[in-house]
Amino acid sequence: MAVSSKSAAPMYTDDAVRWFALATVLWGVVGMLVGVIIAAQLAWPQLNLGIPWLSYGRLRPLHTNAVIFAFGGCALFATSYHVVQRTCQTPLFAPWLAKFTFWGWQLVIVAAAISLPLGMTQGKEYAELEWPIDLLIAVVWVSYAVVFFGTIGIRKVRHIYVANWFFGAFILAVALLHIVNSAAIPVSLTKSYSAYAGVQDAMVQWWYGHNAVGFFLTAGFLGMMYYYIPKQAERPVYSYRLSIVHFWALIFTYMWAGPHHLHYTALPDWAQSIGMIFSLVLLAPSWGGMINGIMTLSGAWHKLRDDPILKFLIVALSFYGMSTFEGPMMSIKTVNALSHYTDWTVGHVHSGALGWVGLISMGSMYYLIPKLFGRKDMYSVRAIELHFWIATIGIVLYIAAMWIAGVMQGLMWRAINPDGTLVYTFVESVKATYPFYVIRLLGGVLYLGGMLIMAWNTVMTIRAGKVAVAPVPPVAAAHA
Amino acid sequence: MDILYLLIPLSTALVLLILGVFAWALHRGQFEDLEREGERILQDEPALVDADQSRAVQRTEQSPTV
Repeated sequence: MAVSSKSAAPMYTDDAVRWFALATVLWGVVGMLVGVIIAAQLAWPQLNLGIPWLSYGRLRPLHTNAVIFAFGGCALFATSYHVVQRTCQTPLFAPWLAKFTFWGWQLVIVAAAISLPLGMTQGKEYAELEWPIDLLIAVVWVSYAVVFFGTIGIRKVRHIYVANWFFGAFILAVALLHIVNSAAIPVSLTKSYSAYAGVQDAMVQWWYGHNAVGFFLTAGFLGMMYYYIPKQAERPVYSYRLSIVHFWALIFTYMWAGPHHLHYTALPDWAQSIGMIFSLVLLAPSWGGMINGIMTLSGAWHKLRDDPILKFLIVALSFYGMSTFEGPMMSIKTVNALSHYTDWTVGHVHSGALGWVGLISMGSMYYLIPKLFGRKDMYSVRAIELHFWIATIGIVLYIAAMWIAGVMQGLMWRAINPDGTLVYTFVESVKATYPFYVIRLLGGVLYLGGMLIMAWNTVMTIRAGKVAVAPVPPVAAAHA
Repeated sequence: MDILYLLIPLSTALVLLILGVFAWALHRGQFEDLEREGERILQDEPALVDADQSRAVQRTEQSPTV
């Protein structure tokens, strides 16, 4: 009963959350801008300008790394640090380490922005960064794991909310994937050679590549989805039981899907078949997540009419459903024989990236950013609505253009004359693709435009608000 | 396909780890009372305070009840 001097209501430690959230918006603009530049270069190669540091070959990995790891990565850091605190009802474990992960991650991004245009690359898709940066990534990532799992370890709520399972799986899987795939023998500070060779390197690379999609771009963002949709809709997850079931099914199945990137290559047939079958199986747990998230709005569909944040979050899930149907279809060997190396693959990637990853991140940031600045809403809710429509139209233009281009390319490349010769030369298919490159560029410009609106809205929100801190609520006695 | 000498044991170890984590969760009651856990995140959050007011919040007493 005595009054203790250590009376403080603990406060959530949201500094790193706030910084990562703002960095998400910044890198979103940067990464999408580079995307627009390279899309323009594909339509008009003169835009390479004869400058090596601005050439398509060097800018493309800058774009992919920026949107996946800078934009997507910062969104995951921000939201995972926010969600783990709120669901465990404790401040972060080692907040100083969380701040270190922020600065370390920004250093990785800057190092990428410098080294990639300089042509330093390991030549592995989504793993281009050279070995010194890979080491930094490993250090930051281990720190991230310590903060996240440490916070789970000191939780005040015994149950570990489902979103944290997704975040935890994402963190552990990415650590494993990064360390294994980036194994390399350095020959200089800026050059290394993969520890693997030939088709074996290809197998390791696409085990990594597809799990980067499955764990970084899917499991991590499903964690985001499972917190921010219920919070924004003010409804619990439709079936908490389903969320647990599909979590385990998803993380188990994803690990085996990688070979679908290597159909009809030197990879052994049986390995290709495994990849195809598990990719098809993956449809079920993926759609489990989509249905669970969308049906959370059951009884509250009317909210979609007036709430643009909910529009972002739910439409993100629709694109997620689309992509996780399209992906298994494209994993079928016969289908892949048409789609591989065409722009259909690019269309598929971007329906998942712009549609799922982009929109779920934007919706989550629109929920989170005002609260970090003591406000209930963003400075302009109408601007959120505008952003939503511009982004969605941009996505549709992008993927429709790429579908048409991709199927056209696949058909042109396999067209054979009666005497067995090819009907079309390769350059004829390039020429036929030109109008679709222009339409895709327009789609990308719209998407970037939406992101710029978000950046403006964010700046205005910060100016109208004040850095806010939230006290940790006391846990009710019944849940000791 | 020598890489399989790495990938298969690695994958097996990973699967065993996954099964182990699942067993831990089951044993520690993570899957009990799921409906209430799903709703817990919707319970009232305390009001936000400005950063420069947070020290004042820290100083005021909350008499804990057990």
